[in-house]
Amino acid sequence: MRNAHDFTFAGQRLTARATGALWWDAEGVLIVSDLHLGKSERRARRGGSLLPPYETEDTLIRLQADILETGAAHVVCLGDSFDDLEAAAGLAARPRDRIARLMAGRDWTWITGNHDPAPPGLPGRVADTLALGPVTLCHVATGADRPEISGHYHPKAAIHVRGRAISRPCFLRDARRLILPAYGTYTGGLRSRDPALARLMAPDARAILAGLPMVEIPMPR
Amino acid sequence: MDLPAPLAAFFARRHWTLHPHQREMLERKDLPSLLLIAPTGGGKTLAGFLPTLAEIAETGHQGLHTLYVSPLKALANDIRRNLATPIEEAGLPIRVEDRTGDTSQARRKRQRADPPHILLTTPESLALMISYEDAARTFAGLRRIVVDEIHALADNKRGDQLMLCLSRLQTLAPGLRRVGLSATVDDPAVIAHYLARHPDPCPILHADPGPPPDIDILEIEEDPPWAGAGGRYAIPAVLREVRRHKTTLIFHNTRAQAEIFFHHLWLANEDGLPIGIHHGALAKEARLRVEQAMVAGQLKAIVATGSLGLGIDWGDVDLVIQIGAPKKVKNLVQRIGRANHRYNAPSKARLVPANRFEVIECAAALEAVRAGELDGDLRLDGPRDVLCQHIACVACAGDFAADTLFAEVKTVGPYSTLSRAAFDDCLDFVATGGYALRAYDRYQRLKERRPGVWGLRDPRSARQIRMNLGTIIGTDKLKVRFRGRGGQPLGEIEEGFAATLTKGDTFLMGGQVVRYEGMRELTVEVSPRPDKEPRIATYIGYKWTTSVQLAHRIQDMLHEMRFDALPQHTRHWLELQAKHSSLPEPGRLLVEHFPRDGRHHTVIYGFAGTNAHQTLALLVTKGMEEAGLDPLGFVSNDYATMIWGLKPMGDIRPLLSHDGIAVALDSWLKGNAVMKRTFRNAAIIAGLIDRNFPGKRSTGRQAAFSSDILYDTLHRYDPDHLMLRITEEEAMRGHIDFGRVELLLDTVGDRIDQLRLSRVSPLAAPMFLERGIVPIRGKAEGRLLEDEAAKLMAEAGLSLD
Repeated sequence: MRNAHDFTFAGQRLTARATGALWWDAEGVLIVSDLHLGKSERRARRGGSLLPPYETEDTLIRLQADILETGAAHVVCLGDSFDDLEAAAGLAARPRDRIARLMAGRDWTWITGNHDPAPPGLPGRVADTLALGPVTLCHVATGADRPEISGHYHPKAAIHVRGRAISRPCFLRDARRLILPAYGTYTGGLRSRDPALARLMAPDARAILAGLPMVEIPMPR
Repeated sequence: MDLPAPLAAFFARRHWTLHPHQREMLERKDLPSLLLIAPTGGGKTLAGFLPTLAEIAETGHQGLHTLYVSPLKALANDIRRNLATPIEEAGLPIRVEDRTGDTSQARRKRQRADPPHILLTTPESLALMISYEDAARTFAGLRRIVVDEIHALADNKRGDQLMLCLSRLQTLAPGLRRVGLSATVDDPAVIAHYLARHPDPCPILHADPGPPPDIDILEIEEDPPWAGAGGRYAIPAVLREVRRHKTTLIFHNTRAQAEIFFHHLWLANEDGLPIGIHHGALAKEARLRVEQAMVAGQLKAIVATGSLGLGIDWGDVDLVIQIGAPKKVKNLVQRIGRANHRYNAPSKARLVPANRFEVIECAAALEAVRAGELDGDLRLDGPRDVLCQHIACVACAGDFAADTLFAEVKTVGPYSTLSRAAFDDCLDFVATGGYALRAYDRYQRLKERRPGVWGLRDPRSARQIRMNLGTIIGTDKLKVRFRGRGGQPLGEIEEGFAATLTKGDTFLMGGQVVRYEGMRELTVEVSPRPDKEPRIATYIGYKWTTSVQLAHRIQDMLHEMRFDALPQHTRHWLELQAKHSSLPEPGRLLVEHFPRDGRHHTVIYGFAGTNAHQTLALLVTKGMEEAGLDPLGFVSNDYATMIWGLKPMGDIRPLLSHDGIAVALDSWLKGNAVMKRTFRNAAIIAGLIDRNFPGKRSTGRQAAFSSDILYDTLHRYDPDHLMLRITEEEAMRGHIDFGRVELLLDTVGDRIDQLRLSRVSPLAAPMFLERGIVPIRGKAEGRLLEDEAAKLMAEAGLSLD
């Protein structure tokens, strides 16, 4: 069963991984988006439900596996890495150590997002955007002419197989835009047919479904 | 006691005399609890209220005197109308109001500050009232509580929640007396135990059961279809009966069936007989219109589901028609109770089996009624998710002492054996989440203010807790209305169904064919299209399950070929089955294999009930997946389960071995869809996750993440967590029903008759129309997914690069 899906974007060979991470072999870069670390803590702080406080650990363990399997020299987190700035500041010792171990010996870039607009107080580079080759990496797609890789929307798409709908987080891509699914454990999705995504993507856009097996389909709209 | 003068005068004017059980209710009115068992139509409700009317008439009362709780909103409306007559005509100074989910916000608020003498409500609304800070004041003068249709609450979580609320009320109003009103049940002592404050005794008062019901299968010219559940073939016969009787109630087991039947009944209704429809998914306005027309005697017939099924007094109903097998004899008896509610006339009911298998089921149900056999399994082990919710509910009203609350909870029958440790687990869950990783020290939901006294850390969380009260877990619903300004509301459909609609699709709603126009602010907009055929009407609704006792009786009938009571066509069908395959036999297990539509099918006739079949199928398909047989899915009903896959199955014995299944169960429990659904329900009730409020969700945002993620995360990082223990208990008891799977496998041993057929057998044919197909998310699905993706890409002219 395919657990990775290769494609060309802006002239670059990229690999969408079943985990929702993007691997750019030529640059040695692993890109993930919308980790939402500290989500359960934020929810509890605001007087909401006390969700199982394990999602930060789980997200980081999965990220570690992606880093080890690809041998990434540089990791880019495309924003909303933390559910809010307090969650970043109040990160417990254990996940903080885990992040430090992941960062050791490789470049790391935190792109800012709407949930974490300021630097997260961790080592690594902090930037609003990052230019890599012909591509701009940013949190929210801007609609600019230059090719962009972004996150933010948590896209998901459904495919109907014999009357059964299978819905999964997905990568969306057209000639200029590539949108990553949310990587964090406690994240929901936005249907690709939602006007916000349908407006953004060109008519010939495609969706690459994360999970197993990986398949590419015309973007449902 | 004697009736006070104004009431006595009212009775005399009407030439009414009290039934013996009504008089006895008056005499025993000071007992702490009393259970009345009476047939529907036996003046049961009046018997429950007479002591209240008499007390207030004699001595007067300030504030709330009697709380009446019923499982149905409609019942509260109905009782209010019925009480109005004696109160007005006897000139009693008594104010009666109802308070349900339909009551306006302003009115609810006023009711708390200035409660009526008699308040009619539902378990959910009562829980909400108990959660308010002023609950102690609202309920301080409460004297009596009347729980109507208690038999319908005693076997589910709504009842458990209600009884927990009663234990709270008993503390707020120490002199509170409890009265339970129940239809005929097989074990009244169990219901009495449920009602009383444990360990108080609860005397039981039996009313005269009245004459036996007149009940039979409806004579229908046409043969029933091979499969299906709607009973459309019987429409001419049903119309004939409607014409012959004054008022007919036509019951269905599901809303979808009621809608489809009503639609076709209307098309065939050439005389233009006034017929209405009533079910829980219709808009409140539509329901009230039908209820009022019914009471006013303007309707000849009403097509209904369970929302009308409990003891509502509708006037001159002289016939009940039950479409589809009644599934539980208990339900059948209660529905019959609707007809001819004059106390001493027999009730008349006719059954319409919807397909040939149901002919057998109806015949078995009739046998059971005549034999006086009723079914019902009542629980005594209070579920802890409901307890968690109750603790949070109590906390909303103010600080509480854990010792006091524990003592209260122990007075509730189903929780009377609860250990302090189990209670403390629930308290800890509500307070801290109960996680092994104590992550929420700063953000606990409950704080221990001083030793043993707990309260909300953040008072704002009360709002969230209140919004999530209740134990009924529905699927997300969207409102449906006609397009245009001020469009008339029609009712609700499930969100999942709405998502499948595209502009121009037609479906049934409230008996009308409507066309889907689009979504607007989370409301489904439709236009009337009476000229079109409906595409589909869908409500998942509640699906009845044939009771254990009824299933046994059916199996016996088949085995002994006791076909005398069956019509020719059904006899013929069973004879065909005997000829082409075999009839199921108690003590043995019939398994059929046949190809169809490019798939290999296996049907296992376990007669063990839907839940047990579902579990069996999950375990068997797990074994198939491991053996590389590529199972795709299965569907279960009460008598069998059908599994299909890409490869044929060899010897099924290894897949059905008891040891193999027990081992498989343990690993499988963690990952299967049924457990996840059970977890979701328990997590919502316990307050771990919020109910979805579609109306509150703005568009263009990501949906909340699925509860499956929480379930998987807990399993990975906190496998002993309370919610997982609750889930397992619930699943083993209810959805999993593993006890019956074991019983089946032990009884059958290796006496398995595996038949290989060239095509579908007569008995298996209806399985293809069963709803609730469970997909297997295995290798076969992946393969189909890849094929479908390639097809879509090719159609769109896109290629993989």
